Amino acid sequence: MAALTRRNFLVGTGLVGGGILLGISFAPGRLATIRKQYKTKEASVLTTWVRITQDNRVSVIVPHSEMGQGVHTALPMMLAEEMEADWDLVRMEQAPANELFANDAVSKGFLLNGQRLPAILNPPADWASYKLAQLLDVQTTGGSSSIRFTGEFGMRTAGAAVKEMLIKAAAEKWGVAEDDCVARLSHVTHEKSGAKASFGALAEAAAAFEPNATPTLKDKKDFTIIGTSKQRFDIPDKVRGAAVYGIDADVPNMRIAVLKAAPVFGGHVAQLDKSSIAGRRGIEDVVQIKDAVAVIADNYWRASSALADLSVSFDAAGHGDVSSETIFTRFRAALDADDGKTNIVQGDVSIDGARALEADYKVPYLDHAAMEPMNCTAHVKDGKCEIWVGAQDPLACRGHAAKVLGISADDVTVHPLMLGGSFGRRSGVLMDYIERAVLIAAQVDYPVKVMWSREEDMQQGAYRPASISRFKAKLDEKGAPTSWENHYIRDEESAAVHIPYAIENQYIRVSEVDTHVPYGVWRSVASSQHGFYIESFMDELAHAAGQDPVAYRRALLADNPRHLEVLNKVAQMADWGRPLPQGRALGVALRESFGTVVGQIAEVSIEDGETRVHHVWCAADPGDVVNPDGFIAQMESGIIYGLTAALYGEITLENGQVQQENFPDYEVLRLATAPKIDVDIIRSGATLGGAGEPSTPPAAPAVTNALFALTGKRIRSLPLKNHDFA
Amino acid sequence: MTIKLTINGVPHQLDVEPDMPLLWALRDELKLTGTKFGCGVAACGACTVHVDGQPVRSCSYPIDAAADSSVTTIEGLGGAEGTHAVQRAWIENQVPQCGYCQSGMIMAVTALLDENPTPSDADIDAAITNICRCGTYPRIRKAIHELAATNNKSRKG
Repeated sequence: MAALTRRNFLVGTGLVGGGILLGISFAPGRLATIRKQYKTKEASVLTTWVRITQDNRVSVIVPHSEMGQGVHTALPMMLAEEMEADWDLVRMEQAPANELFANDAVSKGFLLNGQRLPAILNPPADWASYKLAQLLDVQTTGGSSSIRFTGEFGMRTAGAAVKEMLIKAAAEKWGVAEDDCVARLSHVTHEKSGAKASFGALAEAAAAFEPNATPTLKDKKDFTIIGTSKQRFDIPDKVRGAAVYGIDADVPNMRIAVLKAAPVFGGHVAQLDKSSIAGRRGIEDVVQIKDAVAVIADNYWRASSALADLSVSFDAAGHGDVSSETIFTRFRAALDADDGKTNIVQGDVSIDGARALEADYKVPYLDHAAMEPMNCTAHVKDGKCEIWVGAQDPLACRGHAAKVLGISADDVTVHPLMLGGSFGRRSGVLMDYIERAVLIAAQVDYPVKVMWSREEDMQQGAYRPASISRFKAKLDEKGAPTSWENHYIRDEESAAVHIPYAIENQYIRVSEVDTHVPYGVWRSVASSQHGFYIESFMDELAHAAGQDPVAYRRALLADNPRHLEVLNKVAQMADWGRPLPQGRALGVALRESFGTVVGQIAEVSIEDGETRVHHVWCAADPGDVVNPDGFIAQMESGIIYGLTAALYGEITLENGQVQQENFPDYEVLRLATAPKIDVDIIRSGATLGGAGEPSTPPAAPAVTNALFALTGKRIRSLPLKNHDFA
Repeated sequence: MTIKLTINGVPHQLDVEPDMPLLWALRDELKLTGTKFGCGVAACGACTVHVDGQPVRSCSYPIDAAADSSVTTIEGLGGAEGTHAVQRAWIENQVPQCGYCQSGMIMAVTALLDENPTPSDADIDAAITNICRCGTYPRIRKAIHELAATNNKSRKG
């Protein structure tokens, strides 16, 4: 689990006694093909590494952040599978501090652990260094991309290439044909002669060969690791309190800064009287940046107590009159004006139907509320910057720090630490945590851990945008939809508004309304809103047609067999249509996001006027699955995250600033309110989909559709705590 | 003022303000960072430790209330064996995701099981009010029931 540091890989003693490190990178031509296919920046993350030590241990070096999604285990599984490694001998190492890859000489040292550099490995090594130096933000973790891109195109290929190299080394050593050698359980054997050698014994010779960028990959029917549940590498440290998160950074001579930023986004420090806390124990400095102040002390509590007494005021930058109400009023006005851009036009939306339906939906801003409040430790000195942070995109942090400080990225070192949750907040979209930390650190000589209180974390977020969505639909005499119109605020991710249902006439458009509220990607991004909107309105159509919501959807999914199978599966799991106890009802929702199709059925009741979710059945088709238990854990996690938003989640604004402060007024699901969850995985063989996000979008509509079945009340806005079911 | 207390079996003397929350004495004075800061208002339970065997939310627990007491944190929970039965159950059930809340969660659960070795669902709901944003609740419940079943068996045996 140890993260690599400059020292331990340069001197080669910090890990398991040196060893051979094989670097695999891909030719730009191959990358271009993949990029063309996937068109995302994540596709660039294609350099993966494996270290083999003489004691026959394999370390897989993972260039992604662990934030609870299990990627530090699933990616090594993919490499070990192709390599034919004995899983019990496989370990994970977090990819090293980023400048190492960007520094040619150091990365060569890293590659070979300080040993001689075979000339033949030079080109890929140089290419990797060059490429990573050019692209500062290719280390991102997000968009459920790690397994799909790094794993499928990087880890598997690297593992297969390493296996070929080991077999070649064995064949040469024994003077036999490569084809007669077999790799299995971290050994190469030659059955005819009975020769057998461990990967560790072959590694040094293997490293002299050029890795094949297009090795033959295993047929999935031969998998022995992928598709089996493996215990995660990161869990033992986490149950012992030994995992090191960003907030646990401990640097010699470090102080602690507690931050307070302008409560109205965009505001500035108007007045500051440092004398108001003069002479208090432990206080080292009071630092001001344009939109925030920080009290620096030797202890968080001393700093935060002094900050509470500090005389400081902020301006509102002209946003002091903004409230949630004024924002939604502007949203509705934009829809009424109907000057949105066309997203899809097909057929003739003015077609007559037997019945017409209209509905407006809305959702509020949401905070991520990860358990670890935002923080970043930085030391800025002599034109160089060192950062310790848990972030989804350490390379982007590096670039951002360089930009903010006006120095070269080569002079910024990022030490990636564990993330105590993120859900999008610690992504590269809004790197306020980097910016504020380095600007504060730049004003003092010592390293400083800049910390957000929970209140600051909640009121200075990067929020899932509030939005509204207006639907119109027409049904024919039999109740089938003939047209689907959707006009919504705002354009976050246009793919999220597509529907899987066969409706001939579709007219979908978007209007933009800018606000001063900071934007953040929030678990499942735009699918979190549109999943609720679309699946709720589909439910309205089914009921308007007087048809069963599952049967109604089924009839429109003939062209989407994966969706159909997921829907049928979840209906079977929940025994849809069975008689239910008095006061209980089921609701269904179906949503594809990040390549995974997820269907959910929720069983709900009303208790003391409040929604109670008893059970959620979840069928998911991610194409295939690497670590089934880890995938199930992600489905459970996404459902509970989505249910919290559905039941309670709401950030409101008044006087330009966020009103919620802490968990007491930003309630979340707890043990007592969490439902029983059953997950089934469908392995359709489709292109690998994501795990971390796709179960969040169906959670809310499954519940609200169940509430309609139970009460006849159609929920068109969230959260449910604002609705009266008494 | 000097506060004397025992932490994970080791006597300590701390020169800190009496109203400093125990959490910040642990984290910033003693560098015991296994105990986590989540909310600062005793709402989330990430900072749960044991004071004389009782679970307390250390972010809102002044250190002078722990004077002359015995404090156990996640680092000391396993004792001489190294890993407590609850920690083993957490590994077995693959409970943690990001893991940040789990120190406090495990401390709350060990305190519950010390008090009530075979808790019902209602007992669990009432006692374990810690927040986990990764939503590991179903696995936590399952792990507690497995531990209770073991306790029940050993009690009968």
